[in-house]
This record gives sequence, C-alpha cells and structure tokens, in this order.
Amino acid sequence: MTEPTTAPGPNKPAPVTPVLTKRWLSPTSWSIKTYEQLEGYTALRKALGGTPEQLVELVKASGLRGRGGAGFPAGVKWSFMPPNEDKPHYLVINADEGEPGTCKDIPLMMADPHSLIEGCVIASYAMRSHHCFIYVRGEALHCIRRLNAAVREAKAAGYLGTNILGSGFDLEITVHAGAGAYICGEETALLDSLEGRRGQPRLKPPFPAAAGLYAAPTTVNNVETIASVPFIVNGGSDWFRTMGTEKSPGPKIYSISGHVTNPGQFEAPLGTTLRELLELAGGMKDGIPLKFWTPGGSSTPMFTAEHLDVPLDFEGAAGAGSMLGTTAVMVFNDTVSVPWAVMKWTQFYEHESCGKCTPCREGTYWLTGILERMVAGQGTPADIETLLDICDNILGRSFCALGDGAVSPITSGIKYFRDEFLALCDQNAKTSAPALAGAHS
Amino acid sequence: MSSTGSTYGGSGVGAGDTHQATVRDTDVLGVSPVPAEHLVAEYVEDLGVFDPIVGKAQAIITRYPQSRSALLPMLHLVQSVEGRVSQAGIQFCAAQLDLTAAEVSAVATFYTMYKRKTCGEHLVSVCTNTLCAVLGGDDIYKALGEHLGSDGKKLGHNETAGEPGEPGSITLEHAECLAACDLGPVIQVNYEFFDNQTPESAVALVDALRAGEKPAPTRGAPLRDFRTAELELAGFWPEDEADYRATVDGPSAAVETLRGAKLAEDRGWTAVPYPDDVPLPEVEKK
Ligand SMILES: Cc1cc2nc3c(=O)[nH]c(=O)nc-3n(C[C@H](O)[C@H](O)[C@H](O)COP(=O)(O)O)c2cc1C
Ligand code: SF4
Ligand code: FES
Repeated sequence: MTEPTTAPGPNKPAPVTPVLTKRWLSPTSWSIKTYEQLEGYTALRKALGGTPEQLVELVKASGLRGRGGAGFPAGVKWSFMPPNEDKPHYLVINADEGEPGTCKDIPLMMADPHSLIEGCVIASYAMRSHHCFIYVRGEALHCIRRLNAAVREAKAAGYLGTNILGSGFDLEITVHAGAGAYICGEETALLDSLEGRRGQPRLKPPFPAAAGLYAAPTTVNNVETIASVPFIVNGGSDWFRTMGTEKSPGPKIYSISGHVTNPGQFEAPLGTTLRELLELAGGMKDGIPLKFWTPGGSSTPMFTAEHLDVPLDFEGAAGAGSMLGTTAVMVFNDTVSVPWAVMKWTQFYEHESCGKCTPCREGTYWLTGILERMVAGQGTPADIETLLDICDNILGRSFCALGDGAVSPITSGIKYFRDEFLALCDQNAKTSAPALAGAHS
Repeated sequence: MSSTGSTYGGSGVGAGDTHQATVRDTDVLGVSPVPAEHLVAEYVEDLGVFDPIVGKAQAIITRYPQSRSALLPMLHLVQSVEGRVSQAGIQFCAAQLDLTAAEVSAVATFYTMYKRKTCGEHLVSVCTNTLCAVLGGDDIYKALGEHLGSDGKKLGHNETAGEPGEPGSITLEHAECLAACDLGPVIQVNYEFFDNQTPESAVALVDALRAGEKPAPTRGAPLRDFRTAELELAGFWPEDEADYRATVDGPSAAVETLRGAKLAEDRGWTAVPYPDDVPLPEVEKK
C-alpha cells in the first residue's frame, strides 16, 4: 500500500479524522454500555441544560450542512420551525439511503446507532418536537434491528420517553421501515410514504417546516447530519470548524467503492481530494488506471482523471461541474465501458421514477430504450443528439430532483466520452467484439 | 348552468356517441381472466388467516399519531403470514385502517418489497446496479438464474425455485443498489447481507439454502426465513431475550466498514481534541 503523503501538521487536520466513526472499532459499539463509556449521552445532558435557541444558534455557528446530498445548512433549516407549538412538531430522519454508490448511513446506524438516537433527542429538543421518526429503507433490516434495540436501551436508561433526565422534556422515537422505493429518499415523498401513501413528491411550497408530516411543522434531516450534532454540542462550533473548509466545515464519511485496492468508509475533512482518498484506499486496484468516477452517487455528474485534485466539498465539486451529493465515490477503471455504465444507471432511474410527472416518467423510459439499443451495437450517431435532447427536456422540467439526477450520468458521460458512444454506433458495421466490459452484454 | 353536451365544460366536441356506444357489447365478465365475483366491488375474501395477527396490527397503529401511517408496516406484517400481499391481505389492512381496498392496493403496488406472488422460504436479492454489476453482480445474477432454473429454462426475476413457501424454496430477484457498494458484489438473503460474492460462492449459498441449511450472513442476524424478516420489518422482534440479543448482536463490523477508522488507529490519526468546557453560545432572551 502506498504511504499517504499528507502528514498531519499543527494547522492541518489528519488525513482521516474519526469523529462519527471513532467508536466503530470498539467491541459491541452498538450497545448502550459501550456508548456510555465513550462519551455517549454526555452531549444530551449538556444540551438539556441549555435552551432550544442556544442549540439552533450552535448548529448555525458550526456551519454544519446537510449530509443527505443538497448541503442545506442544518441550523438554518432548524430555525424555520415555528417558535410556537400550535401544532405538534416532528423531526423525521431520512435513512432511506438508496442513491447508487451511497453506503455511509447504513454502516453508521449499524455501528453506532446511539449517536443517531442522541442526535435525535437533542435536535428534537431544539425544535420542540416530541415525536421523531426514523424512516429506514426496508432492505436495511439489520440497521432497523439495531435502531430498535438502541431505542429500547435509551428508553430504559431514561434518555427517551417522558421527562428525559429530569428536564421535563418528552420524546418518543418510532423506527419505521420503508418498502423499497428510491424516491422515498426525496423528503416530501418520504413524508407521503410515512403517512401511509405512495411515495410521490409534494409540491413545494409549502415546505415541510410549514406543513410537513400530517401538515404539521416538520424537519427532515439525513442520518449523518443528525449524528454529527452530539459532537458539535460537546466540542463546540470552533472545534467542528478545525476540519473542512470555511463554507463546508466538518468531517464527512467518504465511501469509496469500485476499482480500488481497499474500498471502504473513510471519514475525512470536507475538501479532501480523490487523489488523497485514493492514497487512503491503497490506490487503483491492480494498477489499472482510473477512467471515471462519481463524487457523490450516480446523480452527481461523473468526473475523470482530470479531476483528481478537485476539493470534495460543496463548492469544489460544484465548481468543477458536478455536485458533492452523498460523497459516494464510485471509482471505475479503464476496463469499464462508459455507455454501458450510463445505461445501467439509466435503467435504475427508469425503474425508480415514481411516475408523477411526464418528463421523468416518459423520458427515463425512452432514454433507457435508446441506451440499451446503443449498447447492443445498434445505435446511430443521431441517437447521441436524441439523448441530449431528451435530457434537456427532463433537466429543470421535472417535478423533483430524481429527474435532474437521471440525466447526470448521460450528459456527463457524453461530455467526457462522446467518442465511446460514437464508437458503439459504428459497431453494427463491425463484427469484432468490443474490448470493454459490458459493452456487448 | 345547463349543459348542452355531455362533456366537461359544456363543449360539444365529442358529445356524440361514445366509442363504447358504437361497438357491440362485450361480455366483460365472460372474458375476464379473474373469476366474475372478484370483479364485484363488495367481494370479500376470507380473512380468517389473519386472525392471529389482529393484535399485532392494532399494536402497529398505536405507534403513530394517525392510523394510516401504520399501512406500510402492516403490509409487511401481512407478508409475514402469506409470503406475499394477496387480495385478502389488502382487505385485511383496509379493514384495520378504515381505508378502501383500492387505497391499500394503490400503496401495495407502488413498493418493490411487497410481493404479489408468494415468495419462497428465502428471498435472494442480487444487486445488479452499476457498481456491483461491474464487479460481478450481473454474472452472479445470471449464474443463479441458470442454476436455479429447470427444464432448460432460467429462473427469472421474482420467480421461485421449488414450491413457494415450502422448505428450501427460493425466490430470486435482481435488486437496486443495496447501500453496500464498498462490499460489492452483494447479495441479500431475507435482507441479511452476504458481502463480496462471486458466482461460485453464490451458487454454493443457494445450494445450502435448498438443502435446508442456514449459512451465516456476513452482516446481519442468524438466518431465518423471508416471513420472519417481514415480521421484523413490521416491528416485531424475537420475544425470548437471548434470541433477541443474538439477532441484534449479529455481525456488522466488515473490514471495509472499519477501514478508515482502523487506518487512523494504526497511524495515530485523530480529530483535534475537544477544547475544555465549551459553553453553549449565548443568545438574547426572547
Ligand atoms: C430522488 C432523491 C432521493 C434522495 N434520497 C435521499 C436519501 O436516501 N437520504 C437522504 O438523507 N436524503 C436523500 N435525498 C435528499 C432529501 O430530499 C433531503 O434533501 C435530505 O434528506 C435533507 O436532509 P439534510 O438537510 O440533512 O441533508 C434524496 C433526494 C432525492 C431527490
Ligand atoms: S421527477 Fe420522476 S420521481 Fe420526481 S416526481 Fe417526476 S416522475 Fe416522480
Ligand atoms: S451498487 Fe450494489 S450495493 Fe451499491
């Protein structure tokens, strides 16, 4: 394995900064016993000694941005919740993790469910909510099991239920299993699903803070966002800002998968580059060169070897023409056909399109058909223009961001690898099999 | 307002005979693929099989401020009884929640995890999304389809090898990204993870399942069956404390999951320590 060259210095954080992941190596890290021995529930005591306003202010000052993909400042979102309690307030945790490539929340909930539970109690207190829901994708059964156990343990220890730690604050947490639908990760679709309906997005406004779950004030936050909160309460906003960048502070779990020697979860300061992450992951597998990669799931436009030094924070990824997304770094080497990969992702979006709006429902259907035909070697150069034209009619014209995400692999794939799409078109004339994996499947 | 035509808004366009009125009557009941009585709205299935779970269904409702939120878990509960969501299961949920069967049906058909055909003892889900596929997920799915097929026919998506529900029966499906890409290619059996698979290991896995064995998942609880998994998704866990702990404490610490934390430990890398005694920020009293 290559030695990481970035040495930690006095003003530079270490290449890996375990915060959310710091308990993961401990035996039965998911039990309340381990958790309590390792700082667990100390932030809750501290938080309950303050006011909700102080906590909102703290999270604002920390600069914590949503870890679910869009990067909205968490403290600002919390401050949208009305100060009165005319209606019940709800905190809903988005644990639907389904964006292709993304695999950070599920390991977090398995390894350290109590950090999420503690974050939920603190955030609920800050937003005056007395019922919190954790919406977990149904396929993540072991997480659901661990979260349920954590809720039971926390309740028995007095961290949940009525009059938590004698503070007078009451909170119930309900762990809710989804049933297999990527779209339920979209926050308003999630709310519909949690209300027992088909998971289809709602028109915004009204935003959830005005009318969310059961038309009551609601905040939806990602697992990693809320699990970060206890650490911010204990360490303070200045400490949180020792990691990451001015506008994207804090540590972040980068998930590295694909053609690297050592794939896995690496918690590093926001702004870490792929070059640095590849060093941590032992470099490209078998030394085969990098071809393309996603910074944050399939919905974020792909990057190439040109982008090895792009800082992976919200501004850096956007500045280079993509998005930070979920920091799901999928790495593909030279053996992979870009049109084939794009086709596979497009099939995913077609399957997961909820059908509510025409551009996405019909568009993903036609995009899939064209890409399948091209990959089968029956494409024509005009198909490339048709693909881009359809993408143009989906992007910005769909009801929710699933449609926008669906065009990312196609437009970025054609932008960087148009020749490869063109080469496929010539193939109906040729008989020789292509060298690239998947290109003829 | 008096309507001149029969269409919305009083427009005369299309106000003549409808298409239906111009063709000979079809015997819709005669050509229906389902028995005629099923087309009648009030047709009521025998819901007796659900008698033992009425208490559980009611318990789900108490978890939520509004009863309809119980629908998704209740559909999981129904699957724990029948291995699928049948018409009877739909009517059961509708009755428990005071919804119409159409409302429940609309929900049940939206979500991938609700199965219309009875599942095998085990549900084997192979991730064939891009990342897993490139690492071998497509090959695994193909190998399993061929291996589990019969009479020269491959077993297809959502098809079952063996008699559904009988011991050793297996339903095969291809799945979308299962949030375990760093451990790809992955398979789930009854939603427990079997990580880093190959076509050979996957074939060995299903052979073991068919032989009545319960191989240990890489991450998850000791393997039971599909219906038990569905019961757990509805929020009902083993009542025996030791059994319960055994499921909760099933392994999760994959090398990949811990890779960054381990690297940091080995190199002595840490985040900056907390400063001493940081107070919460002062805010003006409102
Ligand atoms: C199609 C789609 C899927 C999404 N899936 C998830 C998801 O699985 N988890 C998540 O936290 N956010 C997901 N999001 C983003 C959420 O809509 C929302 O922005 C997020 O949960 C807010 O939490 P945060 O501010 O803490 O990031 C998805 C968005 C879209 C459009
Ligand atoms: S963009 Fe797609 S997923 Fe979103 S509402 Fe439209 S059809 Fe549904
Ligand atoms: S692509 Fe298979 S688990 Fe993500």
